[in-house]
Amino acid sequence: MSNKQIDEGLKQWEELYSKSLPNDKPRTNRSNIKIKPIYTPNDWDSDRYMEDLGFPGEEPMARGIYPTMHRGQTWSQRQLVGLATPELYNTRVKQMIANGANALSMIPCNSVYRGLDVDLVDPVLLGTCGITINTVGDMAKCLKDIPIDKMSIGLNDPIPFTMLAQVLAHAKNINVPWNKLTGTSNQSDYISHYVANHMFFRLALKGSRRVQMDEISFLRDNCPGWNPVSVVGQHMQQAGATPAEAMGLTLSTAIQYGNDCVERGMLPDSFLPRFTFFFDISISYFEEIAKFRAGRRVWARITKERFGAKDPRSSRFKFHCQTSGVDLTRVQPLNNIARVAIQGIAGILGGCQSMHTDGYDEALSCPTEEAALISVATQNILKDEAGLTDVIDALGGSYYLETLTNQMEEEIEATISRIDAAGGMFLAVESGLVQGIIGESAMAHQEKVDSGEHKIVGVNAYVPDEDDASNRKVQPWPDQNIMAKHIEDFCSFKENRDDAAVQRSLDKLSEAAKSDNQNVYEQVVQATINNATQGEIITRLRDELGFGNPLINA
Amino acid sequence: MIEEKTTKEAFKPRVLVTKIGLDGHDRGSRIIAAWLRDAGMEVIYTAPWQEISTVVKLVQEEDVDVIGLSSLATDHLLVPKLMTALSEVGYQHVKVVVGGIVPDADELMLLDAGVSKVFHTGSAKNDVIEAIGALANKARNSSSSITFN
Repeated sequence: MSNKQIDEGLKQWEELYSKSLPNDKPRTNRSNIKIKPIYTPNDWDSDRYMEDLGFPGEEPMARGIYPTMHRGQTWSQRQLVGLATPELYNTRVKQMIANGANALSMIPCNSVYRGLDVDLVDPVLLGTCGITINTVGDMAKCLKDIPIDKMSIGLNDPIPFTMLAQVLAHAKNINVPWNKLTGTSNQSDYISHYVANHMFFRLALKGSRRVQMDEISFLRDNCPGWNPVSVVGQHMQQAGATPAEAMGLTLSTAIQYGNDCVERGMLPDSFLPRFTFFFDISISYFEEIAKFRAGRRVWARITKERFGAKDPRSSRFKFHCQTSGVDLTRVQPLNNIARVAIQGIAGILGGCQSMHTDGYDEALSCPTEEAALISVATQNILKDEAGLTDVIDALGGSYYLETLTNQMEEEIEATISRIDAAGGMFLAVESGLVQGIIGESAMAHQEKVDSGEHKIVGVNAYVPDEDDASNRKVQPWPDQNIMAKHIEDFCSFKENRDDAAVQRSLDKLSEAAKSDNQNVYEQVVQATINNATQGEIITRLRDELGFGNPLINA
Repeated sequence: MIEEKTTKEAFKPRVLVTKIGLDGHDRGSRIIAAWLRDAGMEVIYTAPWQEISTVVKLVQEEDVDVIGLSSLATDHLLVPKLMTALSEVGYQHVKVVVGGIVPDADELMLLDAGVSKVFHTGSAKNDVIEAIGALANKARNSSSSITFN
């Protein structure tokens, strides 16, 4: 069809449309991109096919990072698991393995995120959000009878990566060579913690930067199957960044880490293939799919243009995604099953490598077992019933989606340019620029919810007169007797270790942190092997490298 | 002189917006702080992870009417201890509200412990501002009858 015919048809349709809908209000998505009522070849035309799309596994990577995508291998279903004690965790994980799971994930208790051992925390909080895991002894209990050389292990393990050190120490104790281990240090992105999720922030910015480089370099040499960095856009989006801002800020963070590695003397093709990403999937369906497609293109370009990557693995934008907790409601919680499913579809059509679907009760408490099982079933339904894996990048070529992907790409590039102009991500978060961007967008979103412009079913639209409380079952708090026994075990672990060896290795850790050229992470691992606790290690590093007090912009 | 000028019109609620315990998610507390500030209240805002003793000290030093605690990851379980600590120093007139993720059974537990109100996710802006304003009024009125030592 010639453009002239399209132009004429469009003109006629526009007249009809505005006659029928004279009060049509302009619409925008969360990234503030104006959304038109229709898209045509005038917006995106398949003449641009090779330039914009190409083929999966090839530049410009819009359609996916592997030639076969979900036809060859579906995403990893990586559900987060964190029960109160190592023993309870071990029981649940063995159950999951018996049911076919081949990947582990481990969520520690908030006390661990704060770098506190169990003897320093009000027991009422212990184990309410994850595993109380402080020592290599705890890790051995978590992983008892589990073939760790055959499992991909995901650790929620912020700097200085004490859980990974415990895994390495445990592997050494049971004679599993480190080069047989595979997995990912999730929550390894200190920049995202500093700006958007203080829960994970442990050391001051500069110290974090140094320890992260030490970790990347240590693992490259000693545990090459491990992904040392997962750059997290999820925190920034959950904290309020728009999807385009979250993607731009995440890529700017990855650029920062890449530049820091180069400055350490590492070659781009030696570290880029092990960079992974982690994103939020909001309920803004098309926008999220476009975000992932655009992100893949921008990252591929960054690896070539900024880092001169030659290895095709360096340009693959491997990402994990999680459905958005912020979009879930406490009112009518069963409605969240529908929300999670829609977000899950966006992750799949966006070409994810790994996904966590939230429990429907996440606005109520940590997920109950019932809710956890429904979220796993949701993934299975999407994978095996809905036909979503039959066609690679099934929405590719849609006039709307391609236009939106290009527009999201422009917005993402604009954010990256803004951060470049501020001297890169490290300086941009040190100065508070990034916190300002996120805070403003969070406020703008909240205003749209308050005004009813952004509708949330059950909250500001279709509000029920009464909400059935029987749908609000929650996970019971940990049994205080079990927790008391765990604290007792922890204390006897400390009593029965070689104190002199612990002190020696902690002193070596402090010395490494003071020095300019010793690898701090190597000493974290050694201290853990010598039975130092995570609290002791983090305290020593805080003494040398400073406490992580985040910048607060109210 | 300043006291004499404090008429009903000039009454500005003083609200401490904070987080105790272990969690650091602060999107909620920041939005609440901005809402209350824009509604004309005096907001004292802190970083997360405050100790109960620090909160009590701030309440005493800053003449706080209402404490707004944000809890998204089980830190509300510490609130009864805060209530006890406030009573111990004679500040039981200060009203405490908790916002965030609080299971139904825990809400009852908190109300029993003396918390004035629990705001769940999805609470509307005007409801939050009105409720906190009213509680501040109550706190200010009852504080005048208390003798400080």
